[in-house]
Amino acid sequence: MTAILLNNICKVFGADSAAALHLLQEGVGKEEIRRQTGAILALRDVSITVGRGEILAVVGLSGSGKSTLLRVVNRLIEPTDGTVTVYGEDVLGFSGAALQAFRRQTVSMVFQGFGLLPHRTVTENVGYGMVAQRRPRHEWEEMSRQWIQRVGLSGYETAYPFQLSGGMRQRVGLARALATQAPVLLMDEPFSALDPIIRHDMQDLLLSLQAELQKTIVVITHDLNEAVRLGDRVAVLNDGSIVQTGRPAEIILRPANDYVSGFAVDVNRLRTLKACDIMVPSHAGQAIDLTVAEDASIEEVLSYQVLRKEPIKVTNSAGLVVGEIEWEAVRALLKRDI
Amino acid sequence: MFPDKFTFSIAEPINYAVNWLVLNYGDVFEAFSNGILWVLLGLEGVLRGSPWWYVLFLTGAITYIATERFSQSLVLIAIAFFMGVLGLWDQAMQTLALMLIAIALSVMIGLPCGVALSKSNRLRMIMLPILDAMQTLPSFVYLIPALMLFGLGKVPAIIATVIYAVVPVIRLTDLGIRQVDQELLEAARAFGTGSFQRLFGIELPLAFPTIMAGINQTTMMALAMVVLASMIGARGLGEEVLLGIQRLDVGRGLTAGLAIVALAIVLDRITQGYGKRVQSMRRGGET
Repeated sequence: MTAILLNNICKVFGADSAAALHLLQEGVGKEEIRRQTGAILALRDVSITVGRGEILAVVGLSGSGKSTLLRVVNRLIEPTDGTVTVYGEDVLGFSGAALQAFRRQTVSMVFQGFGLLPHRTVTENVGYGMVAQRRPRHEWEEMSRQWIQRVGLSGYETAYPFQLSGGMRQRVGLARALATQAPVLLMDEPFSALDPIIRHDMQDLLLSLQAELQKTIVVITHDLNEAVRLGDRVAVLNDGSIVQTGRPAEIILRPANDYVSGFAVDVNRLRTLKACDIMVPSHAGQAIDLTVAEDASIEEVLSYQVLRKEPIKVTNSAGLVVGEIEWEAVRALLKRDI
Repeated sequence: MFPDKFTFSIAEPINYAVNWLVLNYGDVFEAFSNGILWVLLGLEGVLRGSPWWYVLFLTGAITYIATERFSQSLVLIAIAFFMGVLGLWDQAMQTLALMLIAIALSVMIGLPCGVALSKSNRLRMIMLPILDAMQTLPSFVYLIPALMLFGLGKVPAIIATVIYAVVPVIRLTDLGIRQVDQELLEAARAFGTGSFQRLFGIELPLAFPTIMAGINQTTMMALAMVVLASMIGARGLGEEVLLGIQRLDVGRGLTAGLAIVALAIVLDRITQGYGKRVQSMRRGGET
């Protein structure tokens, strides 16, 4: 079931967007368009689908248009061309009031710089979206408290944002976004401003909440490690165009071009890839001898194979053999990582 | 000699326009004037009618609310007491009433103007030179239109004071709102809030310390008009200075001057203290 559908989205910043769009359709390059019309091309013919309950991670360097892409979904940025459909509704067709209602009920957002109100307490910040939904005070205060507890900030209800660390602030930001109960969550580099360890904690928090809540999430990041960790699927954006979309393992093992493989270099393959990503499928059969689960990391496979450099059987959750991993396959990964 | 054929008198059309205004809209001006006068006289009556120690106590209390510093309260009470010691308590209360009304009117006019300026770059482009001109024109000039439309008295004195003093509130409201973090406003938009909700929930509260700085400057500029305003019939401390000048009574003039300074210090500390306190509260006591 599709939750978000972006079709042929183009975005041109600048006065003469019509002329720029025309050039764009003729296939003229970004620099050339800027030279001729002064307009800056941010997105070129981007089409994306996100399924219900799916996390799509969008990766790209700064200036690749990823933040613009995210803001097109809730129309914080108006696309120059294309269509946006969220839960069957034509977002670009909304009037002002309908757009506001859509933002209150259907999509919520988490920001890189947190976007918390400095003059409001944690409870009030978490309740912000619910206040916009015009819920009565006692109701949003109670729900705020519950969400504060769920993101692990109990005891900080009456604190102000300046009294919190970065990681705690983003917990507030996350609680605020989830508290509206909107089915779609947009995250703009949510953890980029955090220390590595805190970032890891926040990713864990998001994944554990997602396991329960099953939101439709689009998360923007410049870090492919984060993207493959969070994303059910990953889309790589370069210069306003999607260069590759696929499961994390596909992006890492079969990068579409140099730009993507440039990102993939930094990824720790042994931890990110799973046994099922590199196994050679074989007919189901009884597990014998040495086996690993299909969702085991390559690190685990390696820990078995360093002792005996023999093929290892991969089993599914029912304990049946679904494939086999040769020592050579693991060694190939090792070579690229070292 | 500048040739006569190139000269053009604007005095005649202006007089004509003013006459026309007064003839056709005299009632409106009078009603407006009476409204302000009614409020002013009411406030003046309360201030002059209250016992001196009550006003001092109120000064201390308001200072404490604004600054949350007990020592500051005591200092300001002492300064206000000093006005009484100079023998100018009654005049000081008259001037205070005039100032409070002028400041209130300035804020009522300046705040919406500032908000409008912050929302429209075009309006800002048009208004900035006008605001510059309002601040650079000799303050005497403001007495003229006020006199023309309202005659002599307290009301034209207030109008002239407001025209002169309203500029900082407008400027700093505009500045304060423009300085509000854009990501914050984007977050508010993303959660489906309307522009009024953003204005009253985010922009004005966050611009508040800057707006207070504007109100503080406005207060100081209004006090600068005290002596001038007394020339067209505002009583109080300004009149004392004026009488001192007219009669070459240096002592009398200087005494009243000191009282004006005392009043200025009290109003300045209160308005400034409040803005600073709110700001430091938000930054966790850094400032």
